[in-house]
Amino acid sequence: MSHDPNMDSPEHSQERREFLRNTAIAAGAAVAAPGLLISIASATGEGGVTSDTRWGMLIDTDKCADGCTACVTACDKENGIDLVEQPQGNSDEMWEMQRPQWIRKLKLRDKQTGDITNLPMMCQHCEFPPCEDVCPTGASFKRADGIVMVDRHICIGCRYCMMACPYKARSFIHQNVAEQVVNAPRGKGCVESCNLCAHRIDEGQTTTACQDACAAEGHNAILFGDLKDRGSAISKALKSRSSQQVRADLELNTGVRYTNV
Amino acid sequence: MSLLTRFRGAALLLAVALAAAAWGVGAAQLAEGSKALEAKSCIRPADDMRRNHMEYIHHDRDLVVHKGIRDVDGSLAGCVDCHAGREADGSAIPVNAEGQFCSGCHEYTGTSITCFQCHRKVPEEK
Repeated sequence: MSHDPNMDSPEHSQERREFLRNTAIAAGAAVAAPGLLISIASATGEGGVTSDTRWGMLIDTDKCADGCTACVTACDKENGIDLVEQPQGNSDEMWEMQRPQWIRKLKLRDKQTGDITNLPMMCQHCEFPPCEDVCPTGASFKRADGIVMVDRHICIGCRYCMMACPYKARSFIHQNVAEQVVNAPRGKGCVESCNLCAHRIDEGQTTTACQDACAAEGHNAILFGDLKDRGSAISKALKSRSSQQVRADLELNTGVRYTNV
Repeated sequence: MSLLTRFRGAALLLAVALAAAAWGVGAAQLAEGSKALEAKSCIRPADDMRRNHMEYIHHDRDLVVHKGIRDVDGSLAGCVDCHAGREADGSAIPVNAEGQFCSGCHEYTGTSITCFQCHRKVPEEK
């Protein structure tokens, strides 16, 4: 059959089709394999965070209260953002636009119905972060456990990531900072954003500062946890309720999800 | 023969100079009121730390930021916690203030120190 000189025979065509199909399957397996290998390698690696975990957040906008800024205040304190002072000669208006913010409150109004939605907006911890894509130095990166961060030792302050982020999640430090907290070093010329309280997670804590503050206010709008652990509260909630990614059309597979938007 | 004697003399001179430098730098640096004054030794022998502290910090910063391993012995916060001097009233003095532990040596050797543009310079009171 393979030596048949007649290329147009139906048998030959059938064989050729099968060959093509098998090749496609083999190629698919080759593409899938690297991902598999990576997760095995990091799980048995020399320690540190692994891709067995993916940290994420679910925000119930129905529970997010109008006018409440407890999460913002708690984040500012936890990460020393409240220690950043307004530069001399900077107008209040400019300061409001440029001051560092890891989490901010948004109020949306449906023009058609007048329906109002309150929600906190912060780094969405994308699986495919645009900030990482555009970073020229590798300072913007995604940790194995899904937290998107800036390595400020490498950041050159070009602010390309701020342009690329669809969520306006990043801030730039324009002036020298006199005082910092240990868990959030900060200085002139670097970009920063929410890191899901990575210092807390690394110490074995299971909540973020914003979640704690929201719960203390009695709202419980923020739920933080491991998206890959099927038994976690956040996984169960995501399974039982329909939730949304902001700008899902960008297909970034965000780690932060919202319900009732 | 005379060559060897000359070499011996030079080596002796060098050794004396190095010892004097090490003594002068090391003894002058431990800050008044710092925990380091009362400690028996640093996390590693002092001569090792003088030569290699930057390497230890440099290595551990990548462990912390990229791998989330925060339980490192060479943490900058640990350095500051132990080496920050204190005023008579107990308030901490930044380690990079003039004549303090970090800057004393770095001024002497003419090397700039940039850690504290971003990192906390005094121990965190909790």
